[in-house]
Amino acid sequence: MGDRRITDHPILDFDEGEVIHFTFDGKPMEGREGDTIASALHANGVKVLGYHFKTKRPRGFYCAIGNCSACLMIVNGKSNVRTCTAPLLPGMVVETQSDRGVPDDV
Amino acid sequence: MMYKIDLVVIGGGPAGLMAANTAAEAGAEVLLLERDGHLGGQLVKQTHKFFGSEKQHASVRGIDISTMLGDRLDSFGDRATVWKNATAIGFYEDGVITVDHDGVYKKVKPKRVVVATGASEKFLSFPNNDLPGIYGAGAVQTMMNVYGIRPGHRVLMIGAGNIGLIVSYQLMQAGVSVAAIVEGLPKIGGYAVHAGKVRRAGVPILTSHTILRADGQESVERATIARIDRTWNAIPETERTIECDVICISVGLTPLAELLWQAGCEMRYIPALGGSVPLRNDCLETTVKGVYVAGDVTGIEEASAAMVEGHLAGLEAAASLGFKSDSYDAERKDCMEQLTALRSGPTAEKIRTGLACTACL
Repeated sequence: MGDRRITDHPILDFDEGEVIHFTFDGKPMEGREGDTIASALHANGVKVLGYHFKTKRPRGFYCAIGNCSACLMIVNGKSNVRTCTAPLLPGMVVETQSDRGVPDDV
Repeated sequence: MMYKIDLVVIGGGPAGLMAANTAAEAGAEVLLLERDGHLGGQLVKQTHKFFGSEKQHASVRGIDISTMLGDRLDSFGDRATVWKNATAIGFYEDGVITVDHDGVYKKVKPKRVVVATGASEKFLSFPNNDLPGIYGAGAVQTMMNVYGIRPGHRVLMIGAGNIGLIVSYQLMQAGVSVAAIVEGLPKIGGYAVHAGKVRRAGVPILTSHTILRADGQESVERATIARIDRTWNAIPETERTIECDVICISVGLTPLAELLWQAGCEMRYIPALGGSVPLRNDCLETTVKGVYVAGDVTGIEEASAAMVEGHLAGLEAAASLGFKSDSYDAERKDCMEQLTALRSGPTAEKIRTGLACTACL
């Protein structure tokens, strides 16, 4: 799904940032420097970030600026990470979340 | 440890940046809290040129205004501190603000506060509105203009206000097809200049229409729309299906006012301003002494008005601490005149009506 990255734009220039390797549910994927976790997933064609803890309906991000919490995922074992604003870092292990998650320091 | 400082500004968007700059300029020590990793708030995704006068950075793009204001704040050195990745998570009756700063819990006790937390996008009720692929208009703008990623291939836009029209145009600039713009009202809410641009590009604007439902397996595959009558009910046999992989919701914003509620500010529900807003005086001070407000949290307008309000709130907060420069009177008068001018046109009638209800003193 490489065609999701905008390369030609009348106003904006998007630098081809360094490639960042990460995994999503065990599958190796590539993002770019400057991506959030959700933007990198979207560039890879992944729209379903989780499943509702009760109804198990698929969830995707809605606001993309950290307001709505529809994008919560498990990142490096930590649940409820707001992936729409969390920067993508090399080697991240990103997983679909389908429960309420586990609080920190428990 | 308790951080003590003259002024805390909560929110690094257009209003907060102006408030912090103005107060630092006047001589106050300022701490700016920004939830995100970068300053600018929603200016960073605004690729269109601003309207208004030169004072409001007319014909400059939002992304460039953001950089200018951030650089100016840097120039004050130690007098202006910026905490990024810092979310204000509580505002208590003893004036203490609690902050999650890069995962560290901190307490701040300022002498004055400017709350400039902005707004969040409203949502719309229809079956399957939780399907992935249904995004706020702001989210689509962020994906495209900040991260350089197309939200999908074919978009159905809901809402023909300025944001719906501008984002539709930006989608086309990014090479995404816009199937149609659906608007519940009988007329287009946004400026004619924006509507003309999308219409000339071949996008139909369907007024007196609504979305009935979305469908798809794991994400959006199609939407059903219909014409509505004057009572907002769908007219039978006007239903049609639109193939699309994104439905973009642009039905307005609502103030992000939780901190003001917690601080005990008197609030009033004013639909014309997007929701519950704080009562305030003409210095933008709320009913809680020392707590000032600026930008969309005071009622939904746009970035130009937010910047002027930020200027005024920063000026007044600093002046109340004794940081009153020779230009105070002139700046205050100028802010008032700019706000009047920005709110003078026929399109701002709703804002004027709403604002008339917010005066507390």
